[in-house]
Amino acid sequence: MVWVNDIIQGILLGGLYALFAAGLSLVFGVMKLVNLAHGDFSIMAAYISLVIVGSLGINPFYTLALVMIVMALFGYLIQRGLFNFAMDAGPMQAILATFGVAIIIQNLLLEAFTANSKGLDAGVIENAFIRISDQVVIGWFSLLTIITSVIVLLGLQFFLSRTRTGRAFRATADNQRAAQLMGIDNRHLYGMAMALALAIVAIGGVFIGIRTTFTPSAGPLRLIFAYEAVIIGGLGSLWGTLVGGIILGVAQVLGDHISQGWGILAGHLVFLAILAFRPQGLFAKQVQ
Amino acid sequence: MADPVKVQRYTRASRVALPAAAVIVVVAATVPAWGSSNIMKQGVTFLTLLALAQMWNLLAGYAGLISVGQQAFVGIGAYSLWVFAEKFGINPLLCVPIAGVIAALLSVPTAGLAFRLRGGYFAVGTWVIAEVYRLLITQIPWLGGGSGVTMISAGAIERSTREAAIFWLALFVAVGSIVLVYLMLRSRMGLAMTAIRDDETGARGLGVHVTRSKLWVYIIVAFGTGMTGAVIYLNLLRATPEAAFSLQWSALMIFSVVIGGLGTIEGPIVGAIIYFGLQQLLADYGTWYLILIGALAAGVVVFARRGVWGLLARRGVDLFPVRRRLCLETVCFPEDQAKPGPEDPLAQEPPPGERTL
Amino acid sequence: MSLLEVDDISTGYGAFQALFNVNLTIEEGEKHAIIGANGAGKSTLLRSICGLLRTEPDQIRFDGRSIGQLPPHKRVNLGISYVPEGRWVFPSLTVQENLMVGAHSRRAGTWSIDKIYELFPLLSRLRQRQAFSLSGGEQQALSIGRGLMSNPRLILLDEVSLGLAPLVVEKIYEALPAIVSSGTTVLLVEQDIGQAMKFADRVACMLEGRIVLDGPPSELSHDDISKAYFGV
Repeated sequence: MVWVNDIIQGILLGGLYALFAAGLSLVFGVMKLVNLAHGDFSIMAAYISLVIVGSLGINPFYTLALVMIVMALFGYLIQRGLFNFAMDAGPMQAILATFGVAIIIQNLLLEAFTANSKGLDAGVIENAFIRISDQVVIGWFSLLTIITSVIVLLGLQFFLSRTRTGRAFRATADNQRAAQLMGIDNRHLYGMAMALALAIVAIGGVFIGIRTTFTPSAGPLRLIFAYEAVIIGGLGSLWGTLVGGIILGVAQVLGDHISQGWGILAGHLVFLAILAFRPQGLFAKQVQ
Repeated sequence: MADPVKVQRYTRASRVALPAAAVIVVVAATVPAWGSSNIMKQGVTFLTLLALAQMWNLLAGYAGLISVGQQAFVGIGAYSLWVFAEKFGINPLLCVPIAGVIAALLSVPTAGLAFRLRGGYFAVGTWVIAEVYRLLITQIPWLGGGSGVTMISAGAIERSTREAAIFWLALFVAVGSIVLVYLMLRSRMGLAMTAIRDDETGARGLGVHVTRSKLWVYIIVAFGTGMTGAVIYLNLLRATPEAAFSLQWSALMIFSVVIGGLGTIEGPIVGAIIYFGLQQLLADYGTWYLILIGALAAGVVVFARRGVWGLLARRGVDLFPVRRRLCLETVCFPEDQAKPGPEDPLAQEPPPGERTL
Repeated sequence: MSLLEVDDISTGYGAFQALFNVNLTIEEGEKHAIIGANGAGKSTLLRSICGLLRTEPDQIRFDGRSIGQLPPHKRVNLGISYVPEGRWVFPSLTVQENLMVGAHSRRAGTWSIDKIYELFPLLSRLRQRQAFSLSGGEQQALSIGRGLMSNPRLILLDEVSLGLAPLVVEKIYEALPAIVSSGTTVLLVEQDIGQAMKFADRVACMLEGRIVLDGPPSELSHDDISKAYFGV
């Protein structure tokens, strides 16, 4: 029965990973950019929340809206100010530019906040739980996380399929030159995509900051988890990232249970297995 | 009658540069005789940095493979050194090439997985695999687990002998990496790689075996990186999984090559000098040198794509002559840039034209 | 004032020059065709007009305004629409969504999704189908319909007959009069000389990057055209 609890915890964890994966997937889908700084952006969001909490003394949840706005603005600016030009120079150059930004952010945060672990204190909710049975326990916060995740994905799906800008995103993802011929301003659109991705990753960053502690160098691991969720789920599939995140989460929890410290490694191994036997992922986009 | 059309390699600049380089190497080899421990340690740091940069450049600049996971082979090199020196009792200095071989062997299954991905996803994939190596070693007590390993038998060697030997090994890998890259590029494989770099589909159409060429480059680079990793940790004497498999190795390689200039032999040399120099200059300022280097790299990538070497040297200057030039009597194309010559008829001003973004 | 003036452009791709001193003037309401063999520069000309290739600002004037440096999306807002060679439909979007994206610029005018379905009844049955699954002719109809959704003043049709069976090409050309009567000026590029001559008021023939023949179809003899087309 303990396994059931593990699986449930894994599913709940998967919801968190899906939040990271969604942003990464969106940016790759629209502009074919793998943003190596993605994880570091989520850490940045956590630190911004920390600063607001520090000066206003409010619960981290209340900082969400402001953090999302700040990160969205930052995303738009960095896309138009740097990444668009890096993409002009070539795909190799684009990846390298994001890598440079990743290192810069990690070290700026290190300078500003030192290497000590920090956490976001959300109060009672962090430890509150629902007892389903003797062995199965669901934390309120984990539940909240996955519900938020599902809501965000639903919102994203609605945005992409029913709004003018969302359709423009999909058209640009399909063929960016043809999209220009429709009157779509690529440079602006890429900025919007990055802004949206960072707003989503901001939620993930704050939530994970509540769930556990963070340091300036925690970013890369988040990037890896996001990326593994995307690959497992299948490139191009929005709900695939949720499934991918869940599989990753379950693998990690089970792995940790089998042997302390094997959790993350188990996740990596599942990822590599998918890579070896089904490289397109579980729900690869059917088109082309 | 003598063939009026010839294919020639050397340029004016290379005729000066190559002998000069030989002199520098010979002088460097004498350092253990007069240099202090500190100088030798710094020297090893610089020389291994140079070797790592050359290897990464071979992978990215010529085979087009951007790897953010080369630290896997640095770590594998370090741990192979330890296993063969401590567990099998082989002379640690001999273990260096063995470490390279182990890295090359392990690079095959690594490529088997990583090559299923392209572009940015390949990059992160290599990183994940490096993490897997790190975590596996952390979990295996026989390999020292999370607390790391010490090169005891190496440490037992008399100090001045040890320092000299390590320095020469470092010099060997640095010079060796340059020679290796140079020879590869002059070979048929080098032509194939340049073709792949310029236009992969076109190269395939001409019969170039793209995946096999890339795999060979990957293996050779792993060998070089592994050997260099072994030398690095021979110098440091202590390795932990955290340090040996750290992303910082990738940062170091990538930044040196990007700043110096991707895709030339001279570029990584310049880049390594700049990286090392900045590191020494700003040592007291903690992480600011990393921030500066990161910003410099991002800026160079966007605004000065050919890197510092590209800015310093006019187009076509090759200190290491790897390209083939077509020569008619005494006139060669591309033009020998070191002397002022007649207008190159191939270099027209392109009319205001394409920009698609 | 002419709707479109192309003034002495010589442009190309990197080191390869595709156009040499090309001049062209189009009046509002005209039906204009450009013919020529493969590689003559016809598509390059259209791409310069729609913005995929940039020129000096003054070299392309639309309604008197210099647009040579404007990116494509800004030219759409001004009323230029380009239907690309190769169709370029958005494969993962449905037919309906492709048309909706065509209206992204929100320019006012007579064209609407319903009107496009009237123009190309075959598309009406395919509304919810993803565009990648359409046949060549269906994709061409979609591409033209999508191009009309921005209510352009000038529409550029690039080789609409390419790769299509003659019967299908007929159907496409049957739709053109409706486009013209809606007030849109049409400039089309064709390898199918017959269709071009039937449709246009003025025909220009390009050869190796230059316009070598220009006039109303009635004044151009078969001989003139052969010479101009093949450069004999």
